[in-house]
Amino acid sequence: MPKCRRTSCASATRRGSDMARMTMVEAIRDAHDVAMGRDDKVVVFGEDVGYFGGVFRCTAGLQAKYGPSRCFDAPISESGIVGAAVGMAAYGLKPCVEIQFADYMYPAYDQIVSEAARLRYRSAGEFTCPIVIRMPTGGGIFGGQTHSQSPEALFTHVAGLKTVVPSNPQDAKGLLLAAIDDPDPVIFLEPKRLYNGPFDGHHDRPVESWKTSPLSEVEEGWCPIPLGRANVVREGGDLTVLAYGTMVHVALAAVAESGTDAEVIDLRTLIPLDVDAIVASVRRTGRCLIVHEATLTSGFGAELAALVQRNCFWHLEAPVLRVAGWDTPYPHAQEWHYFPGPARIVENIRAVMEA
Amino acid sequence: MAARKGKKISNVSAEDLTAYYRDMLLIRRFEEKAGQLYGMGLIGGFCHLYIGQEAVVVGLEAAAEEGDKRVTSYRDHGHMLACGMDPKGVMAELTGREGGYSKGKGGSMHMFSKEKHFYGGHGIVGAQVPIGAGLAFADKYKENGRVTFTYFGDGASNQGQVYETFNMAALWSLPVVFVIENNQYAMGTAQKRSTSTPEIHTRGEAFGIPGEAVDGMDVLAVRAAGETAVAHCRAGKGPYILEVKTYRYRGHSMSDPAKYRTREEVQKMREERDAIEHVRQMLLDGKHASEDDLKAIDKDIKDIVNKAAEFAKESPEPALDELWSDIYADTAPQNA
Repeated sequence: MPKCRRTSCASATRRGSDMARMTMVEAIRDAHDVAMGRDDKVVVFGEDVGYFGGVFRCTAGLQAKYGPSRCFDAPISESGIVGAAVGMAAYGLKPCVEIQFADYMYPAYDQIVSEAARLRYRSAGEFTCPIVIRMPTGGGIFGGQTHSQSPEALFTHVAGLKTVVPSNPQDAKGLLLAAIDDPDPVIFLEPKRLYNGPFDGHHDRPVESWKTSPLSEVEEGWCPIPLGRANVVREGGDLTVLAYGTMVHVALAAVAESGTDAEVIDLRTLIPLDVDAIVASVRRTGRCLIVHEATLTSGFGAELAALVQRNCFWHLEAPVLRVAGWDTPYPHAQEWHYFPGPARIVENIRAVMEA
Repeated sequence: MAARKGKKISNVSAEDLTAYYRDMLLIRRFEEKAGQLYGMGLIGGFCHLYIGQEAVVVGLEAAAEEGDKRVTSYRDHGHMLACGMDPKGVMAELTGREGGYSKGKGGSMHMFSKEKHFYGGHGIVGAQVPIGAGLAFADKYKENGRVTFTYFGDGASNQGQVYETFNMAALWSLPVVFVIENNQYAMGTAQKRSTSTPEIHTRGEAFGIPGEAVDGMDVLAVRAAGETAVAHCRAGKGPYILEVKTYRYRGHSMSDPAKYRTREEVQKMREERDAIEHVRQMLLDGKHASEDDLKAIDKDIKDIVNKAAEFAKESPEPALDELWSDIYADTAPQNA
């Protein structure tokens, strides 16, 4: 278990009757509910989102509660969905749309990059695009190459977008509320392997449930977590491990197995990035390992590595290493050889420590 | 294109007709001036002139009411002038100056005006179409009775997202008029080389969206069609498609070698079908205006355009700080 948790929805002083136990799915649904109840400009739509309640059930019950004008089904038209959301946002609504899998995002990429991200700049601030685009991301579910990808670097590469990746129910609710409240377009990547329980990468062990995790204690009501603040999920002095999404849990398991006293930082939002938290930690530990599920080359880890060497060069005791998915399509067979599991992370922790 | 013979002008006042003449002439003279400034090196990059298509946007603006929205592609100068945006601000955006509508950060293809309900100016072919549906959705959600004119070209009509949008607009019964400005060339490719059906207005049939073809060189025909479309939308009957058959006299952009059509074809359109000349003749034939009246208008327009050009030359370039602003509301870019 992590030694400490910084800022989140939950805080020791507020535990009690205003907390509820939720899975990540339930926390996301609750964030929608709270945001829709608070502001009638918030509309929620996407494929299967309305009547059916979403393929992962993240919007279940919202249409019944708020009516079909506020939570509704869209045709299988990702470009049309995001494009329509841009138009709605330009005229005062706050659309929160679901792309059923992040892998289905590519037809909408034109709208995300050329329209949503750029509207503010090219109108010199006269028009804005406050939309949230939610997408289940990542692997670990035998989804193969079109249901397992982690495309976060395609968004962090685009000025004008914010990119968020929660790793637990508390953060999912708080960060989604902040994303919906944000004046800019936010890409909200939900690690689908974490929807119903934490996952430490040991795929051969019994599936865990959120119900037994303190991270499933979610504050009720309006409890946004500001974007751009990382969370130190384990304090330590030997090295700094940077991770987000599913890999936070895998990194924690690997650190425990490695026997090192590593500091593990859950980045939570990639843009804006909590540079101060990263730099402060690496300057103290002098060693840094970056972990992500996405393919290695040109992944977000490359950006993190550049940032660390630029800001911490004279403090570094070892080269910055990255553990990531291989530069291959996400495989169907041999998924656990692709997925950067605890064994690969332990190996790299040792490499960083021994360098 | 339909013959114009026998067209009555009894349903239009002399005042309206004069206003259309004036608005179309402003667009043409503005665009001619933009072409000159481009030639002088004062406008860089891309610049798509609207010359020849003036009756389309002026006719449709005549069917619009206050609060109706418009969104269009990269050939957008005419739309901005027709909805009342300041020629100075438009020209200064072309020259990339601080006094431009987007402080020079948008350029020819990317300008906006909240005041005039103009939602751009979009440089990606067809990308504005779902945005137009989204605007219409917001109007419907707010129950404000407004309509969105979503303009795109015959080339854009082959983009997939147009059909995603047709489906959504029909499914949700959105108050949006899809205006297909068919100028017959998708950049350098004639419609017959790129488009399976010559009658693009029929492409809504599969979605249950009514459509009609309109003579886009006749401002009154465009206005009449626009009124039908707008009435359909305001009555809550959902979207409507107008395929406005028009013609662009100039190249696709400023660097067009014009190898894809003959000089004679262009000349014939200019001589026989020019929309501004058509209105000018109607004004004179109907004795609604004298040659002197029209000369006064010409002079006035020339003056407005010259002032816009002067403004666009004199307005300073935006400060370097502008490079880093308007990216996020409250967050600096990562490496700022």
